[in-house]
Amino acid sequence: MTTMTIAKAINEGLRATLSNNPKSLLMGEDIGPLGGVYRVTDGLIGEFGADRVVDTPLAESGIIGTAIGLALRGYLPVAEIQFDGFVFPGFNQITTQLAKMHSRSNGNLTVPVVIRIPYGGGIGSIEHHSESPEALFAHTPGLRIITPSNPHDAYWMIQQAVACQDPVIVFEPKRRYWLKGEVDTESAGPAEDPFKAHVVREGTDATVVVYGPLVPVALAAANAAAEDGRSIEVIDLRSISPIDFDAIEASVKKTGRLVVAHEAPTFGGIGGEIAARISERAFHSLEAPVIRVGGFHMPYPVAKVEEDYLPDIDRILEALDRTYAY
Amino acid sequence: MGATHLPSTEFDGTELDDQLEAQAEATLGVPPTEMVQLLGPDGRMGTDSVFSEYAERLDAEKLRGFYADMAAIRRFDQEATALQRQGQLALWVPLTGQEAAQIGSGRASQPQDYIFPTYREHGVALTRNVDLAELLKQFRGVSNGGWNPKDTNFHLYTLVLAAQTPHAVGYAMGIQRDQRLAEAQDVEGSAEPKAAVMVYFGDGASSEGDVHESMVFASSYNAPVVFFCQNNHWAISVPTAVQTRIPLSNRAKGYGFPGIRVDGNDVVAVHAVTEWALEHARQGNGPVLIEAFTYRVGAHTTADDPTKYRESSEEALWREKDPLDRLEKYLRAEGMADEAFFAQVAADGDELAAYIRKSTYESDAPDIRTAFANTYVEAHPLVAEELAWFEEYSAGFAGEDEGEGAGR
Ligand SMILES: Cc1ncc(C[n+]2csc(CCOP(=O)(O)OP(=O)(O)O)c2C)c(N)n1
Repeated sequence: MTTMTIAKAINEGLRATLSNNPKSLLMGEDIGPLGGVYRVTDGLIGEFGADRVVDTPLAESGIIGTAIGLALRGYLPVAEIQFDGFVFPGFNQITTQLAKMHSRSNGNLTVPVVIRIPYGGGIGSIEHHSESPEALFAHTPGLRIITPSNPHDAYWMIQQAVACQDPVIVFEPKRRYWLKGEVDTESAGPAEDPFKAHVVREGTDATVVVYGPLVPVALAAANAAAEDGRSIEVIDLRSISPIDFDAIEASVKKTGRLVVAHEAPTFGGIGGEIAARISERAFHSLEAPVIRVGGFHMPYPVAKVEEDYLPDIDRILEALDRTYAY
Repeated sequence: MGATHLPSTEFDGTELDDQLEAQAEATLGVPPTEMVQLLGPDGRMGTDSVFSEYAERLDAEKLRGFYADMAAIRRFDQEATALQRQGQLALWVPLTGQEAAQIGSGRASQPQDYIFPTYREHGVALTRNVDLAELLKQFRGVSNGGWNPKDTNFHLYTLVLAAQTPHAVGYAMGIQRDQRLAEAQDVEGSAEPKAAVMVYFGDGASSEGDVHESMVFASSYNAPVVFFCQNNHWAISVPTAVQTRIPLSNRAKGYGFPGIRVDGNDVVAVHAVTEWALEHARQGNGPVLIEAFTYRVGAHTTADDPTKYRESSEEALWREKDPLDRLEKYLRAEGMADEAFFAQVAADGDELAAYIRKSTYESDAPDIRTAFANTYVEAHPLVAEELAWFEEYSAGFAGEDEGEGAGR
């Protein structure tokens, strides 16, 4: 066990990937000598060279498109998108090409491309640096989407993403890049399936489902609720596509109440999908409707008011109050 | 030059080909492909067969004005950097080194022209009379814009690289249509001055697909647009060589319009070339690409660390080509400006800095209700529902933490 930040854990995960798979390579803007704007790829170009850690031209469609070509040729590209808001010039390649290649070829072609995207708000930044576009990708069949919330997952999930034969988008919670935790780098392989959820806090009265940046927020809310005598179970989803509905269903059957929270706008978001599924699967176990907590239906607001926008402990507690009101 | 440089094609002699060749000769032949420079780093004025004529139009007052503008925007840049260091701004994007490219081109535009900047065009903003205090609002995190583009024909900053380039072409197509309509209607006395569009982007952004598509559209419709690429040599940590193997100005040829490389640290040459290009566009001769060869002396942003990717000796070399120094040398040598002038410029700079500092301190967090209000033009039930929830939720905190959490 070693203690490190999420950023360092991804760096170590990428290092292990590059060492273990001669056909893996990293590509993206500023990922070479600079080590990426968040320094996630720090030092890797020195170790593996410019052929394995490729500083690309500034062109997201080009990055994703060539990654697809490399993957078709048997390589394992890991593309970095600099910020959430800048993935869209590459959106066409991701949604119309990457996601559909396997299906269009009747299963003959595989495109194991990994795309890393720092996402989410709370860093006081300017426009396009704080968005949570995961639902736009989750709505596209053919993609897998994961999001680690702690260093251990960050270290292993990036390696599992590369090993996966499907295209995987890894949404990295940028405001947690500096969050420290223990990582087991010793074991031969990951203990867990990256597409399964984790119960990160056991409870009996209500379930809160979150992922990525909101996991610590939900845990803090659960602690605050505990002071009022409420026992809250917290689930870290880890995978946004597919979603581990079994884990949520099992929890709801125990607690009877469900709150789903994410930073992305509530409308049309992942929370709605979870609410609908759980209503179908566990209708008779639910004591209250599933409550969603999320961003408002507005472009991500300016930094000075993001606190009003982002789900925080109070917003999750308020949602819990609403479930108890039924 | 021109047709003789075009590869021969098997369609030689066909009508279509003749047309293309004639067009190519008309546009590609002018102006020269080497770098245009008038005012050298030594402060001496050189000559150019096409552009000296434009430089000669500049009188001492104009030239002093260029200097004053460049000095003002450099001072502003220093102040904004300081404000960022003090935590007053979330981020700052410095322009030091690029003053001539921006002041020269901005001053060549006319009020009826419309400008699409990217995010570093503080100098161009100055020439368009944008209140620089408003410009800082975006970097302070209190606005995603800050000024009303309609007031100055200076569009909002764009952070998604190259996304503004097709907008510029579309806007130029609109101008073109308006002009045709006006001509068709021939309403007496209604002839507006002819306008063009200028769009700024960097050497890095030139790789984005949007730039390619914009140039195709501009060329297809002969749109009155000037593409102004500031090649400051770095896209964050990535050198221009990763984006292109040839001078970027050469790319214009492939689209069928003129491309000019100009010394971007020479305010006189930039002004001349831009004046020529805007005039070319306004007269209905179609797009032009200008590549201003310049250098970002400081960091990409206040979050960047250039020591990780470049030698400081490179910076030092470019400091010798400083745009302000060379104009100062020229003005002094020609007796166009005295000590009193430079003292006045410095005093004006201090005054500007004080104004910027004060207005930044005073620029408060907005209310999130403005974001609810501005998401749509027309009433929207979901927004109304969420706002109602927000009001009720906020009311629950009334009295608590007075003054904390904007909008509650
Ligand atoms: C579509 C997109 N991708 C990535 C970024 C992140 N980014 C911001 S500035 C920058 C470098 C831009 O370089 P250049 O176009 O040369 O302009 P400069 O900043 O040097 O003026 C990058 C990669 C962005 N803003 N938009």
